[in-house]
Amino acid sequence: MSKTQVSFSLNGQAVEVMVEPRELLIHVMRDQLRQTGSHIGCETSHCGACTVDFNGESVKSCTLLAVQAQGAEVMTVEGLAVNGELHPLQQAFMDEHGLQCGYCTPGMLMRSYRFLLENPDPSEAEIRAGMSGNLCRCTGYQNIVKSIQKAAAAINASGRDEASTA
Amino acid sequence: MAATAESLERKDKLEGIGCARKRKEDPRFIQGQGLYVDDINLPGMVYGALVRSPHAHARIKSINKEKALALPGVLAVLTADDLKPLSLHWMPTLGSDVQAVLADEKVAFQLQEVAMVIAEERYIAADGVDLVEVEYEELPAIVDPHKSMDADAPIIREDLVGKDEVGHGKRLHDNHIFTWEAGDKDSTDAVFDKAEVTIKEEILNPRVHPCPLETCGCVGSFDKVKGQLTVYMTSQNPHLVRTVLAMLSGIPESKIRVVTNDIGGGFGNKVPVYPGYVVAIVASIVLGRPVKWIESRIENISTTGFARDYHGSAELAADNDGRIKALRFNVLADHGAFNSHVSATKWPAGLFSICTGSYDIATAYVKVDAVYTNKAPGGVAYRCSLRVTEAVYLIERMIDILAQKLDIDKAEIRKRNFIQADQFPYNTSLGWTVDSGNYEPALDKVLKAVDYAGLRKEQAEKRAKGELMGIGISTFTEIVGAGPTKACDILGIGLFDSCEIRVNPTGSAIARMGTQTQGQGHETTYAQIIATELGIPSEEIQVEEGDTDKAPYGAGTWGSRSTPVGGAAVAKAARKIRDKARKIAAHLLEVSEDDLEWDIDQFRVKGVPDQAKTMKEIAMAAYSNIPDGMENGLEAVDYYDPPNFTFPFGAYVCVVDIDPKTGEAKIRRFYALDDCGTRINDMIIEGQVHGGLTEALAVAMGQLIDFDEDGNLLGNSLMDYYLPTTVETPHWETDYTVTPSPHHPLGAKGVAESPHVGGIPCFSNAVIDALSHLGVTHVDMPHTAHRIWKKLHELGAN
Repeated sequence: MSKTQVSFSLNGQAVEVMVEPRELLIHVMRDQLRQTGSHIGCETSHCGACTVDFNGESVKSCTLLAVQAQGAEVMTVEGLAVNGELHPLQQAFMDEHGLQCGYCTPGMLMRSYRFLLENPDPSEAEIRAGMSGNLCRCTGYQNIVKSIQKAAAAINASGRDEASTA
Repeated sequence: MAATAESLERKDKLEGIGCARKRKEDPRFIQGQGLYVDDINLPGMVYGALVRSPHAHARIKSINKEKALALPGVLAVLTADDLKPLSLHWMPTLGSDVQAVLADEKVAFQLQEVAMVIAEERYIAADGVDLVEVEYEELPAIVDPHKSMDADAPIIREDLVGKDEVGHGKRLHDNHIFTWEAGDKDSTDAVFDKAEVTIKEEILNPRVHPCPLETCGCVGSFDKVKGQLTVYMTSQNPHLVRTVLAMLSGIPESKIRVVTNDIGGGFGNKVPVYPGYVVAIVASIVLGRPVKWIESRIENISTTGFARDYHGSAELAADNDGRIKALRFNVLADHGAFNSHVSATKWPAGLFSICTGSYDIATAYVKVDAVYTNKAPGGVAYRCSLRVTEAVYLIERMIDILAQKLDIDKAEIRKRNFIQADQFPYNTSLGWTVDSGNYEPALDKVLKAVDYAGLRKEQAEKRAKGELMGIGISTFTEIVGAGPTKACDILGIGLFDSCEIRVNPTGSAIARMGTQTQGQGHETTYAQIIATELGIPSEEIQVEEGDTDKAPYGAGTWGSRSTPVGGAAVAKAARKIRDKARKIAAHLLEVSEDDLEWDIDQFRVKGVPDQAKTMKEIAMAAYSNIPDGMENGLEAVDYYDPPNFTFPFGAYVCVVDIDPKTGEAKIRRFYALDDCGTRINDMIIEGQVHGGLTEALAVAMGQLIDFDEDGNLLGNSLMDYYLPTTVETPHWETDYTVTPSPHHPLGAKGVAESPHVGGIPCFSNAVIDALSHLGVTHVDMPHTAHRIWKKLHELGAN
């Protein structure tokens, strides 16, 4: 099958890849670009393990063609820490035991990253609604909710300007 | 000796047993640096994809590979005929049966493995699958296990015709696998005949699937020059897999290395050896290149280890005060097309005979008949020990039904039947010795916490208004930590487990284990045990698992056996090191060993507190200044064979509100008290309880692997198969009591499965309690809104 050149930004780095029109973004990121942080759990957009930030929105990269990423700004879990400093969400997930096997974690982090930009001071119910597209089999979500609450508080307390890094 | 501020500080620094230590695993996971099997990328690696049967039961007339082989990039297409010369077209199962690696002349369940296409790229392999032409002749399928042994039933396993046993005693029919019994039938029947009250209910534990978020997969990599096979894979028990591979392939076990790295959840699904692993390995041997095979979600749900499918007929005999006199449970077990049920050799129905639960039941009899059907094989223990969920579900449902029959409160009837604290160790009528327990205080603590009396009052008021509110109780006892090798083996290998600890000259340590974490946090908690036992800070202890070239042999992590068996091996290995350290300390301090006492992280001379040698000093001495006749070094290995299982227990209460118009059941409150004995890390235990309760919620409220009458799966992706989201999952309230195991070196029991095992009946009991005033004694899971609505509609209650 003939290949097409696709250029986009992945975690702030310009990348150029040759892809078949049918190739999924998750496969190109994982297999070609060797960014294996985003995971595949269902191939049907249900589990959210492949969630990435795509032009300022949470997108499930298992159901997005790589060619659709032409010119896009894509951010994965590998881009969340800045200059070696963990994002408050990463720190909070560790502090509040918001992960166990770690498989859903990259998607959870990327969805909650965008969610807190959309809603910086959410209630528990808002967090639960906002995270309902990401499945976890290990934690029962309670500590994930706590992690996001803690990160929101930390971000709000520090006044860190998340919008500028988005 | 009295604790001083100084000694408390030294103790805290160790982050040992009882510390809610943050996890060592997390930094890599939160930065996308985990290493799961699909992250493995080896030079020259190619991809395998499976051709699967669209039919549940069919004869294979022909397989034409030509078009697939003509596709550029396709390297090979393997079928049963290609595996036959190697005798690898069938493989042994963990249930004493055999299973087709690739379908041999016929298929016996939908999506059974028929061929593997190996190609240069993932997408080409998938294209190749579409080009393999298989001609089938359909056969009638058996879906209902109750019809498996009909006289005119089609024979599912023609390869077994004429064999009157499949590893577990006499077969009664070509589709029969085994009959297994425990207890005394005649005396049980006699008690039933004379009983004041008897009850009987048909109770199904439906077919479900553990569905870890990461599917199964492997990379088989055979080095032709060295004759070495390396397999990267998703396995909860890499050492057992290595042994199976050696038996299958004839490659010396010393030349096989199984590596797991990180695993994205297991829950029992990653215990068996699946056909895809075997074919990928064969393909690597044939092609001389690493072969990756990763399941899709649909393949995972459709073909790998399902759980349950236990069709129970349960009876209790009691007196008019609700005191249970006898128990009689008969089960028809649907094992699918091959008996791949994960069980210890002597326990074909697993530990099902724990079904007397937390209750003092003097007389009991259980019988399990297993049959073949045209469904996927399996029978794995989904977040439980072997068949323990099924057992606990039956007894916890039946005691509620008895309470309803006699109009006794559902908490009160449990108290009337509890094994009392002074009866432990307690020998059950079905042959187990329950090592410890203290049930009534646990239940009382929970009833008080939720204001049980207040809830019952509220329920009565709501019922008067036509509203539906249910209160579920579960007071379960688990059996975990398989197990004593005299009772438990798999493929002849005893279910001991192991730990090797090496203390370095500078006082840090590395421990290697036969168990295998899948998210339980072993790197964190095992280090805590060593920290307390040896006085080495947790931060300086590295724990490694999942590389069979490095770790001592063990049976892996399933059945909550890590802490009961692996954790005990850690403690015992550490104590061997401490014994040697004491000798070295005596030598350094020029005193007798008897003059020394252990104090957190050092040996000191009794009565002379400033005469002491720290573990760090002793470690260096082990490599530089040892007593005459002693070997250098400071390390030990322990293979721990537990004297008994451990028996964690709990008391749970669930409050549910049901909308009569929609049938939707909303979990208002769930309070879970667990007793897992000595607690190593509260944070991790609580996390395990949250997760187990959520998996119980999934099973009770939504999960079902269902088929039509032709054996077609009705829903096998996450579009249909239920995994709870943040929205339906309630806030969990947790609590605990501590009743140490008397035989475990640390007093610890398992915990991660209790919330699943105890949670499922608690949800069901709550839902059914909400309907009990309408005369309902039982409805089968899953309690979806539609099914509850249908029940209410039948009752004319909506």
